[in-house]
Amino acid sequence: MKYLVDDLETVEMKAVRDGFGEGLLDLGKRNEKVVALCADLRESVRVEGFSKAYPDRYIEVGVAEQNMIGIAAGLALEGFIPFAASYAVFSPGRSWDQIRVSVAYTHSNVKIVGGHAGISVGPDGATHQAMEDIAMMRVLPNMIVVVPCDAEQTKKATLALADYKGPAYLRLTRSKTAMFTNRSTPFEIGKAQILRTGKQLTIVGCGPVLYSALMAAEELKEEIDIEVINMHTIKPLDADALIRSAKKTGKVLTIEEHQVNGGLGGAVAEVLAEQAPTKMLRLGMNDAFGESGDSDELMTKYGLDKDGVVRATRKLV
Amino acid sequence: MPRVNLPDVALEVRKNIIKMLAFAGSGHTAGAMGSADLFTYLYFGGEVKVRRDDPTWEDRDRVVLSCGHYAPVLYSCLGMAGFFPLEELSTLRKLGSRLQGHVVRHIEYNGGRKLAHDQLPGVENTGGPLGQGVSIAVGMAIAARMKKQKHRVICVGSDGEMDEGQTWEAYMSAAKYKLGNLIFIIDRNEIQISGNVSDVMPIESVGKKLEAFGLRVKEIDGHNFEEIGSIFPWARMYPDQPKAVIMNTTPGKGVSFMEKNYLWHGIPPNKDQAIEALMELTGGGQNEVLG
Repeated sequence: MKYLVDDLETVEMKAVRDGFGEGLLDLGKRNEKVVALCADLRESVRVEGFSKAYPDRYIEVGVAEQNMIGIAAGLALEGFIPFAASYAVFSPGRSWDQIRVSVAYTHSNVKIVGGHAGISVGPDGATHQAMEDIAMMRVLPNMIVVVPCDAEQTKKATLALADYKGPAYLRLTRSKTAMFTNRSTPFEIGKAQILRTGKQLTIVGCGPVLYSALMAAEELKEEIDIEVINMHTIKPLDADALIRSAKKTGKVLTIEEHQVNGGLGGAVAEVLAEQAPTKMLRLGMNDAFGESGDSDELMTKYGLDKDGVVRATRKLV
Repeated sequence: MPRVNLPDVALEVRKNIIKMLAFAGSGHTAGAMGSADLFTYLYFGGEVKVRRDDPTWEDRDRVVLSCGHYAPVLYSCLGMAGFFPLEELSTLRKLGSRLQGHVVRHIEYNGGRKLAHDQLPGVENTGGPLGQGVSIAVGMAIAARMKKQKHRVICVGSDGEMDEGQTWEAYMSAAKYKLGNLIFIIDRNEIQISGNVSDVMPIESVGKKLEAFGLRVKEIDGHNFEEIGSIFPWARMYPDQPKAVIMNTTPGKGVSFMEKNYLWHGIPPNKDQAIEALMELTGGGQNEVLG
C-alpha cells in the first residue's frame, strides 16, 4: 500500500472541495491564463479564495449556469483556461446543452467543476444530490471525466486539468472524507491507481467512497484477497489496468456515489463485456433518488459504507 | 477591404444563399435573406476588421453568429470575401463539407480529437441551439478587456432566439460587466419556425426590456445601409455599456413569395422556386440565372 497513508484508521478528514479550492488558488499564482467562474456558490464550491486573490480573473454570473458555461467557452476561445464551478445538479445538470455545443463539440478548453455530487451531500436532499452527472458527462465526445478520491488527489487533479488541453469535468463532494492518499501519491489523468493488490476479487471505485472499499478489503482479508483500484478517470477509462485485474481475480465489484446505470459501473461493464467478460456487480444508486439525512446515515442506508461493501462483496463471491 | 457598391454585393450574397440552399435541399432561407444587408455591411462595408488570409488574427473584430441557422448568409459573405474558395458554397450541408448545416468552431490542440469535418475559416462560434452565442460573445468581450485588446465583439442574434432564457442571463451579465466592446444585433424579423413571433411568444416591448436589462438600445432599418453603418459611431459613444441594436428586417427579403412568411423560416427553395427567386432578384431572364 505504498500509495496510501500509513494508518487507514486514523486518517485526516478533509473535504474534496477544499482540495479543489487549494489547487485553484495555486493555479492563480502559477498560470495567469487560469480564470474562474461561479454561479453564486463561490464559498460552497471553494472558489472564494481565488476570487479574493485574483478578483480581475473571477467572473460571478449569478444563478445562471447556462450563461456561465457560454461565457467560459467565450473565454476559452480567446485563450484563457476557465474553471466554471457550481453544484453538479446545476452544472452539468442544467447546462448540459451548453456544455455539449459550446464546450465539447467546439473543443473549447473549459474545465467544468461539479460540486456537492453524490448522496453524501446529505440534508439538502435529492434535489441537490447529483447521482447522474458522470453519465451525462462521459457520454459527450471530447469530454474527459475525473472523480478524485480525496482532497489531496483533488488538488493534484485540479493542477493536472489546467495543463490538459481540452474540455474536462471534475467532480467534487461536500463532506469531510478520509484523506487516504498522501503528497507523494502519483496522479496522472487516465491512469488507474491500484490502492491495494489482491488475487480473488477486484473492487473498482471512484471518489471518497473508495475509503469504504479499503476498509472492507481490510476487514475481509482473512476471507478473501481483494484488489482495490482507484479509477479516478472515468473517461478515458484505463481499460488495460481494469482488464489485467479482472483477468487475475475473475470478479469485479464497482462502487460509486452515482446511479449504477451510466456511471463508473456502466463504463466498467462496457469494457469488460466486450473485452474480458467477467462476473461483476455494480454498487451505487439503484435507479432511485436519494433523500435528506446526515451524510453518514445516507451512506449506510444506501449501502456505500464499509458494511455495505462487505455485503456486496460476499454477494459477488 | 476595398469599398464596394453594397447593394450590388448584397444582391450577390442573396443569389448565393438561394443557390446554395437549393443545392443543399434543406436549410433556413428567410433569416439568411433578411440579414443579407447587415452581413454585407459587416464584411464589405469597411467597418469590421477581419483578415481573410489570417482568419484568427488576434486583433480582428469577432463576429459571433448566435442564430446558427443563418449559416448560409455568413458562408456566402465569407466565401465572397475570400476566406475560402467560392465554389465551396455548393457543398453546403453535404457529407464531408466544411459548410455544416449550422456554424461550427472547433479548436485543435496537439493530440486533441479531430472533427468529422474541417473548420471553416472565419467562423467564430458553434451555434444552432439558440442563446449560446450570446453568452459566448459576453465571454469574448470579457476576454478582450482582460487582455486589453481594442477589437469589438459583434453578436448577431434573432428575435425568436430571445425565447431562450439564456439570452437574458447573458444580457444581464454584459450589463453587469459594462462591456462597452460588445454589440448585440438582434434581427427583428417577426418570424420563427412555427409562426409569427407575436403569436408564438410575444417579446414586445423588446427595446424597453433590453434597456431595463442595462443595455444601450438603438432601432434601425436592417435594409438601409446608412442606418446599419450608423451602429458603429453610435456604439463608440458609450464605451462603458453594452449595446443592443434592434434591426427591423423583412424575412426572405428580395423574393416576394418568401417575404414575411414564416413558412420560409426553415425550408429551402426547390429548383423551380430557386429559379423564380433568382429571376426576381436579378430582374433577368431564365438563361441568365441558370448560368
